[in-house]
Amino acid sequence: MARTAAERRQTRLAYGLIAPATFLILLIYVGPILVVFGMSLTDYTLVSDYYEFVGLENYSRMLEEEPFRNALWNTFVYAGFLAPLAFGLGLIIAIAIQERKQFRSILEVLFFLPVTATLTAMALVWAALMDSRQGVLNGTLDLMGLPVLNWLGSPDLVLISLAIISLWALMGFNMVLFLAGLTAIPKSLYDAAAIDGADGAIDKFLRVTWPMLGPTAMFVAVTTSITAFKIFDTVAVLTQGGPNRASEVYLYLAYLEGFEYFNMGYSAALSLIFLLIVFAFALIQALFIDRKVHY
Amino acid sequence: MAQLSLDSIKKSYDATEVLKGVSLDIADGEFVSLVGQSGCGKSTLLRIIAGLEAPDAGEVAIDGVPVNDLPPKARNIAMVFQDYALYPHMSVADNLAMPLIMARLPLAARLPIVRHLTPKHRSERPGIRGAVEKVAHQLRIEHLLDRRPAQLSGGQRQRVALGRALVRDPKLFLMDEPLSNLDAKLRVQVRKEIAELHATSGLTFIYVTHDQTEAMTMSDRVALMQGGTFLQVGSPNALYTDPQKLDVAKFIGSPEINVLPGERRGGHVALMGRALNLAIDGEGPVQLGLRPEAIAVADAPGLIFPAELDRAQLIELPFQKRLLEDLGPEILLHGHFAEHPETDVRIRAQKSGKLRMDGPTASRDELTALIDPDMILAFDAAGERLAAHTLALQPAGAA
Repeated sequence: MARTAAERRQTRLAYGLIAPATFLILLIYVGPILVVFGMSLTDYTLVSDYYEFVGLENYSRMLEEEPFRNALWNTFVYAGFLAPLAFGLGLIIAIAIQERKQFRSILEVLFFLPVTATLTAMALVWAALMDSRQGVLNGTLDLMGLPVLNWLGSPDLVLISLAIISLWALMGFNMVLFLAGLTAIPKSLYDAAAIDGADGAIDKFLRVTWPMLGPTAMFVAVTTSITAFKIFDTVAVLTQGGPNRASEVYLYLAYLEGFEYFNMGYSAALSLIFLLIVFAFALIQALFIDRKVHY
Repeated sequence: MAQLSLDSIKKSYDATEVLKGVSLDIADGEFVSLVGQSGCGKSTLLRIIAGLEAPDAGEVAIDGVPVNDLPPKARNIAMVFQDYALYPHMSVADNLAMPLIMARLPLAARLPIVRHLTPKHRSERPGIRGAVEKVAHQLRIEHLLDRRPAQLSGGQRQRVALGRALVRDPKLFLMDEPLSNLDAKLRVQVRKEIAELHATSGLTFIYVTHDQTEAMTMSDRVALMQGGTFLQVGSPNALYTDPQKLDVAKFIGSPEINVLPGERRGGHVALMGRALNLAIDGEGPVQLGLRPEAIAVADAPGLIFPAELDRAQLIELPFQKRLLEDLGPEILLHGHFAEHPETDVRIRAQKSGKLRMDGPTASRDELTALIDPDMILAFDAAGERLAAHTLALQPAGAA
């Protein structure tokens, strides 16, 4: 059956209405990704107008070069330390605060305060705290008779120290997300659990709190992992990848390659791989676990 | 099966006194409803019986044993919640099994992963499965065992909630407004099922509701609560026909009882200046309560004249009709007595089946209402019931 004029007008109107949003998505998200992909296939540098198409050479270079493996390893170590702690401590603080009647809002604000601070500026405060000679942390350790630590200067410790700073900044945010999840759990479920016999802390958590927090926990886990992989600012401000490249993380390497060594093509390839890693996390959430945690 | 006694239970939240020392004895196998408007303390009382809240003062005893210090699980009670409170992440079978798992398995056998190492985890499983299937069969929900609560209809969820309560073989069955989330038709059906469950199980039921119809239809006794105290505790019929307070008379019965101002002069009662053949001791104003069905309409073809009204005893009052509501088997007339327009009056009359909406009864606005002084419930100015007795009919014209 032929479509009527009214139907065609409807269709035109529909396309017209989604056009601005589509245009903006293409311009802001899809366009830059395509440009970066195009750039990653060239040997373009910031200092020269001349560049050549090099195919997948930038990608094969990644597999061969030690700095890439080093950066990837550092990032995983850092994230492997930060993400579980930021998740776990956020959850524990949220549960502890949730059950309080007094001072609840004060505690919420206190824990959330670091989120509102500018991390780059606060990193300098942390640098002062962690100073190996005059820092408060070492002063405290010394007072307690414990050996002092070279927080940001030791290759073995620097990633942990950076993770502690990020933990301080991230924990409050996760706490707020978990608090929102906890508030949404119907109180009658705890009543029902108490009558069914699940009135101990462990049973309440395993039978009600944890399963009901599923969607929130999934979201927190994914956002925390992505945030952990995106570590850049504290490294740039505090360690510049040092000592001896022990804190050279993925995005810092991409920055070094692009803006210090001017290898824009290689930097673009690194960025694109990073995008794939983040995308993989989002995909895990969307495909697998989303189905298991929503009822 | 259990007997429950509540002794001077008090409970306050901050400055608000929710329960002002209530006492009640509930017999083994009895079905008692706690009824009242929201905020009257009925749900708090139920939660205190369940052990979910602790009373500030007073004692809860089950079978003569004080249980104040026992947690809910040790009281051997079951509770059905208003929103059912089913565990949304578990299948129906797991929901039903939950109370048994908690009661029969030690902590280690309930932990994830670790449980597979414990012998109890295996040995108890068939027994739990059997009990779940038995209850599912009893409530006709066997075909739903593998579903999640989100995949069930309201009525099915209600049954699962009942099943979870039944599976542990409780002594006391507590229900907190279990029908309020169901649609009207389903509510009538589940009401019947709960009444049958009570009859077949022989358990003691305590049922909280704000809906007087639910309380009246299912209960052996109704405890009407207001402002943290019991106004009256008695059989549904006693509360309806013999309310001790005006608030009871007003709460029980729909549409609400008509209350008209009367006057006592030398022990005789007058309504709108007419002497009634009704005697109440004392002087001063009285409040005269008349159920909507205790007022009849004179000369109304199509309506059934209430058999319990004695035509010879009736007093005629001109009635101004404002609105007629057709309820199917009966009609509801809204209006006022011509001599007393300030008070709205509702009259409920049974149709005889031959009522024509364009006929004289339905289309007339000026009607004659007939009231029987014998049907009047008299209250003093404070709302306390007054003893009244009808006198022999005075000679005509003596008023």
